[in-house]
Formats: sequence, structure tokens, C-alpha cells
Amino acid sequence: MKVLLSWLREFAPFDGDPIALGNTMSGLGMAVEDLVHIGANLDGIVVARVIEVRPHPSADRIQLVDVDAGDGNALQICCGAFNMTADDLVPLATLGTTMADGRTIERRKLRGQWSNGMLCSARELEMSDDADGIMILDSRFTPGAALADALEIERDVLYDLDLTGNRPDALAVAGVARDLAAKLGLPFAIPDPIVVEQGAPIAGRAAVTILDAGGCGRFVARILDNVRIEPSPPHIANRLTLCGMRPINNVVDVSNYVMLELGRPNHTFDLRKLANGSATPGIRVRRARDGERIVTLDDVERELIADDLLICDQDDRPVGLAGVMGGANTEIDEATTSVLLEMAWFDPDSIAATARRLGLRSEASIRFERGTDYEHLELCARRFAELVAPSGFTLAPGIVDARGTLPSRAPVRVRPAKVNALLGTALLGAEMRALLEPIGFAVTDAPGVDADVFDVVVPSFRPDTTTETDVAEEVARHYGYDRIVATVPSAARSGALTERQQQRRRLRHLLADLGCAEAMPMPFLAPGDLERAGLAGGGLVITNPLAAEESVLRTSLRPGLLRSIAYNESHRLRDVALFEIGRVYAPGAAGDALPHERERVSVILAGSEAPAAVAILAELCSLTGTVYTLEAGALAGLHPGRGARVFVDGVALGEVGEIHPSVLDNYGIGGRAGWLDLDLDALLDRAAAATGSRRYVPVSRFPSSDIDLAFEVDEAVTVDAVASVLRRAAGDLLVDLWLFDVFRGAPVAEGRRSLAFTLRLQAADRTLTDDEVAVVRANGIDAVQSELPARLRG
Amino acid sequence: MNLDIDDLRRRATDGVAAATTLDELHALRGELLGKKSALAEAKRALGALGPDERRQWGQRINETLREIESRLDARRDALAQSARSAQLDAERLDLTERIGRQTRGHLHLVSQTWELLEDVFVGLGFRVAEGPEIETDWHNFEALNMPPGHPARGMWDTLYVEWGAPGSTVLRTHTSPVQARVMLEHQPPIYIVAPGRVFRRDTADATHMPVFHQIEGLVIDKGITFGDLAGTIQSFTRAYFGGDFDSRLRPSYFPFTEPSAEFDIQRPDGSWLELGGCGMVHPNVLRAVNIDPDEWSGFAFGFGIDRLALMRYGVDDLREFFTNDIRFLEQF
Repeated sequence: MKVLLSWLREFAPFDGDPIALGNTMSGLGMAVEDLVHIGANLDGIVVARVIEVRPHPSADRIQLVDVDAGDGNALQICCGAFNMTADDLVPLATLGTTMADGRTIERRKLRGQWSNGMLCSARELEMSDDADGIMILDSRFTPGAALADALEIERDVLYDLDLTGNRPDALAVAGVARDLAAKLGLPFAIPDPIVVEQGAPIAGRAAVTILDAGGCGRFVARILDNVRIEPSPPHIANRLTLCGMRPINNVVDVSNYVMLELGRPNHTFDLRKLANGSATPGIRVRRARDGERIVTLDDVERELIADDLLICDQDDRPVGLAGVMGGANTEIDEATTSVLLEMAWFDPDSIAATARRLGLRSEASIRFERGTDYEHLELCARRFAELVAPSGFTLAPGIVDARGTLPSRAPVRVRPAKVNALLGTALLGAEMRALLEPIGFAVTDAPGVDADVFDVVVPSFRPDTTTETDVAEEVARHYGYDRIVATVPSAARSGALTERQQQRRRLRHLLADLGCAEAMPMPFLAPGDLERAGLAGGGLVITNPLAAEESVLRTSLRPGLLRSIAYNESHRLRDVALFEIGRVYAPGAAGDALPHERERVSVILAGSEAPAAVAILAELCSLTGTVYTLEAGALAGLHPGRGARVFVDGVALGEVGEIHPSVLDNYGIGGRAGWLDLDLDALLDRAAAATGSRRYVPVSRFPSSDIDLAFEVDEAVTVDAVASVLRRAAGDLLVDLWLFDVFRGAPVAEGRRSLAFTLRLQAADRTLTDDEVAVVRANGIDAVQSELPARLRG
Repeated sequence: MNLDIDDLRRRATDGVAAATTLDELHALRGELLGKKSALAEAKRALGALGPDERRQWGQRINETLREIESRLDARRDALAQSARSAQLDAERLDLTERIGRQTRGHLHLVSQTWELLEDVFVGLGFRVAEGPEIETDWHNFEALNMPPGHPARGMWDTLYVEWGAPGSTVLRTHTSPVQARVMLEHQPPIYIVAPGRVFRRDTADATHMPVFHQIEGLVIDKGITFGDLAGTIQSFTRAYFGGDFDSRLRPSYFPFTEPSAEFDIQRPDGSWLELGGCGMVHPNVLRAVNIDPDEWSGFAFGFGIDRLALMRYGVDDLREFFTNDIRFLEQF
């Protein structure tokens, strides 16, 4: 909300540095987003009369303008605009003036002709966005007058405040002033409007009936006669403009002015239209009926539901959507002579629901939503009358004040000890009371309890404050957050990452160390993205996505990584290795509170084949102390001959291999791409189990013996198959086994390969004899040759 | 005795000088000192001499022997030395001759910042808690003092997931639901931070993403005060940004804390940066998770990780974080 310093000063004598005042506002929770010095940009700008317009002798795009800047003498100006004629009044930036953009106006020659100043557009004066031509001023102005004076623009300071939802009182100039005055120890008062009542009293001319007491807590009506629609005087129009509202006419403008000043949204009905021929005009406040319709002020027909609060006339005809927008049928116009003024309190939730449903949130509905004051209605009506009195409006004697149900305001019991315990302060009850009273909180001694304890009746303009904690916040705010001494909790405690969190970190770092860059693609997919990545569809759907491309939740990290590789390839960045650790989501079992969410780790290696991905798998398992096995097979979206399921302890953890070439084609990725995808949660479970069962094995002090064995086997026989037969046959003496060579080609037959293994044998308690080693060797050879289509190579 | 010592010494001197390899030198040693050498023969012949002559010749032969040995040794050392030099010279390598590119990978800037923040809070005595990214409306809003229809829900543009009853399942809009989960699962005292991914119905631009990351802090203990909150924020500020940074709290509003505050960081040049929100945990939040607000109190705070990551290296567009351009990822 925008607030003018001059307006604030109507409620309390603020003086001193406007920036310091802004800091005080921020310190009270009314954050100053922007601070503008109004009128400073009009220094040096005067009203000038055009005497004569002449062509420039040597330029087409500029002309010579002689102006009278008040002394009756002709002053020559070169001007690039052509929209003025003799006797127009225009703004002249005199020599030495510094413009808003920082330029200083100097006497200078343009194409050989002197220019003694600059004529200004509205944009150059920051008066509006109008940059088309020179601003033509009101012909009643006096040449030579300072433009700021002529426009009745006061030097002022405009604060743009970012207000929070718990401060409905601050949605009013008076409310900001009250808070600020309390903090600065200045006297604050809302002046009582001075207005003379005259003419026919309201009694018999209007009545109000509240049929929905919960929806409408109070409805104050007054009548204004001798209405004459005309433009607002400059001081009202200027203030509204500066505060971001467009001046329209005196009635609309004063309505807005009262709303900005006192935080009171209000409405005006044309009394004759409201009466609609009836001798006893009146207002009925009730809930709408489902399907009932009203044409609002913006000429849109709105269909209503039973939750909407409706203002109707005496004949039950809808004439306004309470707190949201008036009806077109009772709108003020040039023919209006009498106005029924509505100052009402409506239930915040009701207004919020209707405004939201109809997309009609406005300055008024926002105030109603947050909760408005219900005690100042009569004062606001008189303030309205006071402000329109210069146009000749008269206020009819008497008032209609209908009541529904207003919020209860039970006193809040405040225990200073409790407040101090919450804030970390050591304030006396009396000190707290002294902080609360200036912001309108009525404080009384609490009977029959600890002398320091007191009761607070919260003012009607602070509906947000209902509990002791709420009051504590007010105490803290006005005491000053910056004055509360910073301490730290003193309880003994220790911070740490869990073993699992550390493992995940190590894993992330290992993947980076192995040459992969960590990617972070968006978890949203377009429909069809999963299928494009070779996966089954069926991802969870976002009900209200911003775009269809972001409407499906990923079930795999694969689409995001493929897309990232494709992006890099399209920028000639090939052989990129990426990994991601992230959550994937899938529908859970029916009845589950939440869908199924798992953390996975995936690696994609552009330009690499499947073994590179297996190598990374081996490193991950080594890090986590787990042992993996592979089960080759055709997996969705993977190369059918280069893919395997990954198992640890018999638990399926994921897959390793190469992305299917057709999938790579879908993404426009050339070459190959190694792929690894594991369920990180499950891997870390297995890691925890492995860590938990790990025990010290004494290192043997006796020498080890190695056996090298090479077998010629079918390509279809896996290394794992041979190794596991060897392992079993070698028995307890085997301490290590590894593949050290693979050979294809003559003399090995076509379709077969030679696999050479080293078996390392060792006993804990003795040096092995040659005989013992020979037995293991023979057993190994026998087992492999008898169980597998394999033959020992000589 | 028929032994020309001088000739022998001359031959030895010349032979050693002429030997250019260790092999030649070895052959020369055999020739001069071996079993069939003149010196060896002369030594054998000593027995046949008279005592005086034997002593005289014996002395001369031994002297000659030692002299020749020392010449041979010196020459051997010199030749070995030069052979090693020649070998080392031949093995000379251009160490700038390196094929291929850097192979080390990189952690994402967000991860690096995330880990750094965790480390700072672990150092301040916090543990790290986690929670699901898809949340129930109850955890995301209701438990945080925002019943259905609460106007403050409008502070977050929420993405809903089609799961369960309509509107019951959301992509969490903040990490605050982890507060509720931790408090339901653990008795106080609680000292945790909860980093995590959060979601908003926001169009991506330089400073907004529909997906970003936050870190949440929660302390519940006996006698925790607003002053403790201010001090904890201060400790964090100094630990993360540096000792010459300061922090301040300004009144604000969140439904789940009261009093609520924004916290700002002051850079050494005096300028302020709005970092996050915080406050004393609202009694209604404690009640929702069955913690007695008369016995326990606490504070919570939260702020964005991505923005800190952005600031650390002067990245000017948040979208860079999610494009995964290797040229970006490799910079950190």
C-alpha cells in the first residue's frame, strides 16, 4: 500500500528525516519497498504561454517556439514537438533545471538557433506515461507560476509499503500513522469530521434489514442530498493518483479516499434507483440463492451461489454483491441527486470466498477479507460527507444503524512472565502496558490474580489479535525486535549427519570423482515423455499444471538425463557424463495417504558403452560395502543385448547397461550411452546391513599362493558363471579371485573366448604345501569343465 | 722375481682410462687381478722366496694390487654414474604432453551449497531431517495453522497432485511440513534442519522456478526464546557468510509462527539482503502435533538454498541450474 507523508501528518505530527521515518515503519513490520520524493522533479519547471510558433530556418524536425515565462518577454525555445499553438500553456524547464533523467538544462544552440530552456512532455515530468508531445496545461494557470504550485502538487514523500496479512489496520493511512506515532511517542488522533446535517432526515427515507446476521455484522446507512457529479478537487485527485488510484469523479474518488484514509471500504447507491418507485426504499442483506443473477458495475452478469452475500432493495431485487462490487442498477450517474451511503461490516471469510470465486479481488475486498473495523462506521460516513461538502452535497440528519452478529471481543489475559519467557525479555507488566496502550489496546488490571497480570481488550481494528501470543508479538514489535538480546539455546546437544546421510554424500562425491557431473533436471514431464525414454507411462498427474509440458511427475530419472544429454549434444558438447540423485514418484496402493516416493541414483554416460556403466556400479558397490550380481535380460528402453538387472543380497536394485538406440534416436542423441539406475534407498539399506555385519578378519601372516587358470568358453557363458564355479570349487583356501585377461581369435574357436583367472590361496595358520595348491587347482579345473561348456587352455 | 711392476701399473692406468663400458672394465679387472693375472702369479710365487725378499715383494705386490683396485673402482663408479645419466637423459618426458580433457566430475552448485549449509548447522548442533516431496494438505497447511480456506494459503501458489481426495495431496510448497513430521515422530528436545526440494505454481524466469530448494530449521526445547532465535540466526550468518556479516530480524507474518520475522543479512559494506522468514513456533502448530505449548517452546526459520548458490558465484539466472549445460556444471 502507498502512503503519503503529508497524509500521515494529518493524524500525528511527524517530522524529521523521511528516510528515518521509513526505517521506523519497516521496523514495525510495515516494510518500505520504495520511497519517492514527490514534487522534487518539478523544481525549476514553470508555466509558460506560447506566444508564437515559427519554423526553424535550417531544420525540419524542430521548430522555434517563443514563450512568455511570466515576464512578458519572448523567450526562444527549440522544440521537437509540434502539438502546441499560440496561447497554449506549457511546462517550461528553465535554465539550470535538473530533469528526472539527470540532464541539466543549459542554454545552447540547435542548428544555429538558441534554445533558452526545454518544453516538457508529461513523461519527462514523470506525471504520466504520455510522451506524445508537450503537455498542454489548464488554460486558467498563470504564466510564470511554478508548475508544482499551479498543479497544487505538494512536496511530499510517498512510501510504498509491503504489508502482511495480519495487519488489516495498516491498510489505512490512519492505521499506519497510529502505529508509527505510538512507536515515536507522538500524539495520535483521527480528527472528528466537521459536517452540518440538513434537509429531510433519513427516517422514513431508508431502512436496513439484516437477514443474515453472521454475514453482515453491522450496516450504517446515511443519505447525501444535493448530489452533483463533478471532478474532484486537485488535492484529492492528486493523492489518489499518487497512491495508485485513477480519479473518476467526486463520489467515486471520495469513496476511495475514505477507504485509503480510514481503511473503510464503502459503497454508494443512487437513492432513486434503489427505491425503484417504492415509497419506502430500503436495504435487505441476505445470502444469494443458487443460480441467482446480478449485473455488477462492470456490466457483467454474475451467477451466484448460496454462499454469496447479497445487498437487495426493499423488494428483494439484488443491488450489490456485498463487499465485492455494486450492482449496475443502482449506479451513481450524472442524474443522481441523492445517494444512500453504505458503511458496513461483512464477514471476512464470506467476502474472501466470493471475491476469489468470481475473480473480483479488489482494494475493497482485500480489506474486508483481512477484517475491517466495525466501530468507526458512523465516523467514516461523516468523513465522506465532509469531503463531498465542497461540491454542495448535504448530509441528511439521522442515521440507520442495523446490527447483525459482530465478532466477540473477550479480554485477553496477559501474563508478563509468559511473554518474557517467549521473547527472552525482562519487561515489567507496566512496561508492556505502556507499549500496548498507544496502539489502542485497552488494558485493565486482571482481578484476583498476580498483580503483574493484566487483561487486554483488543481494538476493533485489530481482529488478528486474539491470544496472549498475539499480544506478545505486539509487545515485541513495539519494544523493537532489534532491542531483544540475541542469545543461543544452551542445552547440551550434538549435531551430526546420520550414517545414511553420510553414505549418500560419499556416493554423490564418488560419482563426481569418477568423472560424472551432477545434473538437476526438472522433475516435471510432458505427457509421452516416459514413453519416449522407453519407459512405461503412468506417472502421477498434476491437477493444475502451468503448462502441459509440466503436467506429469517423473517415475524415473531417465527422461530428464536424456534430455540433458540431448541439450548438450545440440550444443556440440559430446561424451558428457551426468548423474542425478533425486526423487521419483509413482502411484501407491489404493488407500495410501501418499503416493510412492523413492530416491534413486542414475548415471548416463554419453559416448560410452555398457561396461563403463558397470565399472561405475562396481565402484558404488565397493563404496557401500555391497556385492552386486547381474541378471542379463531385455529391459525397457535398454539395448536388448547390453542390459542387466542389478541385485544385491537377492534384492533387485535397478539396472545397468546401454540406452536402446531407438530411444537415443528419439532424443537425437548420436553414438551410444551407458546407463546405470539404482534405487538409492534400497542400496543404502543394503549398505547399512553390510556395514552392520562387518567384522574384523585377522590378516594371515603366512604367504599366499596364486594359481592362474585360462578356460576357453562359449560367448554365452558369463564370466560370473565361471568365477562362481571356481569360487565354490576352490573352497575355504580361496581369498581372492579375479579375471586378468580375455582373449578372442585364433587359436580360440569362433564364438568362444578365453578367460584367464587368478586364484589367490592362503591359510590363516600355515604355509600351503604344493600338494594343497595342486588339489585346489585340479578341483577348479574339474568343476568348470564338468559344469560349463568350457575347456582348460594348455 | 720376474715382475715388472712399473709396466703393470702403466698397463692398468692406460687400460682403465681406455675402458668405456662397465663390461670392458669388468674384463680388464679379470686381466689385471684375476687368478691368471701377473699379480696373482707373482703372489703365488712369493712362497719360493727368502724371508727378506718375500716381505719386500709382498709389500710391493699388495700396494700395486690396492692401487689397481682403487683405479678400477673409481672408473666403475664414474662409468655407472654416466650410464645412469645417459639413461635418465634418454627418459626425458614433456610433462605438458597430456592427451584428453579433465575427467573429474562436478557436484551441482545447489548440492555444494546444500552440503555447506548442512555442515554449518551440524556445527551449530543441529541434525538433518527429511520428508516427502509430495505431501498431504494436512502436513503442508493444516498442521501449520492454516485450516482449509485460510487466507494465508494464498501466500503459496500450490501445485496439486491427483492422488486421494481432490485437493488432499500437494507438491510441498515449503519445507515446513517436515517440522510437523519431525514433531510427530520425536519428543522434544528437537534441533533439526530440513533441506529439501519445494514446488510452486510459478513460471520460470531469472529469479523464479517452479522447483527450487529450501532449508528449514526447527528448535523445540524448554525455555526457548525469541532471543535464542535471533542469536541462532546470528551464529548461522557468521558461520556461513563470515565474521564480518551481521543479521537482523524485522516483524513479519507467517501463520505458523508468532512472533514472526523476516531475517536480513548485512554485508560488510553495510547493505542488507532479505534472506528468509522465521519466528517462534505458533502454539497451534505445537498443539496440532500433540506438544504442550505451556511446557515447550521453540522457533523455526527457513530460506532458499538456490539464491545463496546463485549469489556465491554471481550466477544471474536461476534457470541455469536446471538446464544442465556441462559448461555450466563444470565451472563449480
